[in-house]
Amino acid sequence: MPLNWKLGGVLLGLVFFMAVLLVKPIGVSTQFVILDGIVADAVNPSLVTATDQGYTSTNAYLAKSDGKYAKAVSNPLNYSFVFVVAMMLGGFLSAMFRGGIEASDRSIPALWRANFGDCAKKRYAAAFLGGFIVLYGARLAGGCTSGHMMSGMMQTAVSGYIFAAGAFVAAIPVSLIMFKKEA
Amino acid sequence: MTSIFLALVIGAAFGAVLDRVGASNPTIINRMLNLTNINLAKSILLAIGTGSILMFGGQMLGLVDVGHMSVKTAYVGVFIGGLLLGAGWAVSGYCPGTGVVAAASGRKDALFFIAGGLLGAAAYMMTYPAWKASGLLDKIAGGKVTLGTVPGSGYEGLSLLPGDIVGIVMGLAFIAIAFALPERLIGQTVQAQPAE
Repeated sequence: MPLNWKLGGVLLGLVFFMAVLLVKPIGVSTQFVILDGIVADAVNPSLVTATDQGYTSTNAYLAKSDGKYAKAVSNPLNYSFVFVVAMMLGGFLSAMFRGGIEASDRSIPALWRANFGDCAKKRYAAAFLGGFIVLYGARLAGGCTSGHMMSGMMQTAVSGYIFAAGAFVAAIPVSLIMFKKEA
Repeated sequence: MTSIFLALVIGAAFGAVLDRVGASNPTIINRMLNLTNINLAKSILLAIGTGSILMFGGQMLGLVDVGHMSVKTAYVGVFIGGLLLGAGWAVSGYCPGTGVVAAASGRKDALFFIAGGLLGAAAYMMTYPAWKASGLLDKIAGGKVTLGTVPGSGYEGLSLLPGDIVGIVMGLAFIAIAFALPERLIGQTVQAQPAE
């Protein structure tokens, strides 16, 4: 089903190159914070405020680095946020073009089903819990698989290697323990 | 508005490629992470190598603006955060980018991943002052550093070696590893659940 690994790898590499050639390295996980900020600021408009220099926030994380995140929350139509929205569009079109995700895989991926059965609630709970840990970790690390691992190692950033080491040191044992049956 | 146009084009291309390499399919992610089929890892290594060689080669030829590089700070929390992300990546089969693409491609479980992710990011926003105070966010190894010293980048190098040449050599190494690795790293004896 997926592309041959060589063609896929070259295409993926070209996208990362195109990004750094035309704009800046790819990153995703910050936008979860920005979306949280947008929602929270809609509920409580005093969260993010304009200052003489730019933007700031009552939340220390949004206010850090001279209000960089606060500014993005106030202006969602910025490169990085639109980039993630466009990823969804590209992913949607690509999946439709190849006939969509098989119905049996839409709630429970095949390998999960082989190991944990047909209970969709169990799968949803795991995806939710996993999502919580992934984004908490990504924000602590300052980036995710895209920003740290791929963009980082591509630039020979020391932080990228540190991140990749941490990610695989945890991911491989967890996966080996959880997914013993094959599908 | 140019930047919004570029965001649309590059973002859509990235989303489409993630879908096509299988990175947004949790089954393919966990076949990679449990080492039964690491073709996706080979693609990722090849991608990093390809990107590295094009970027540093382009810099040396003056075709790529060195100022577009963006190197993140190294600190102990990068490793701890990496561990957390890795564990959650294996449990859910998604990382931030692929979760978003998976949801858009019609995977319902990915919507739960995103919901959990938004809550996890919010939890970090709340607990950030404690991490900051702990010193685990303080830079190590010089902070924003690359392996060699990349001319004109403004980033320091871990070594004084020319960073662009180091980047090309590392890129070639990533590609060599991608080709050298077999498709499968562990044995076939996994039909039945092993006794605990």
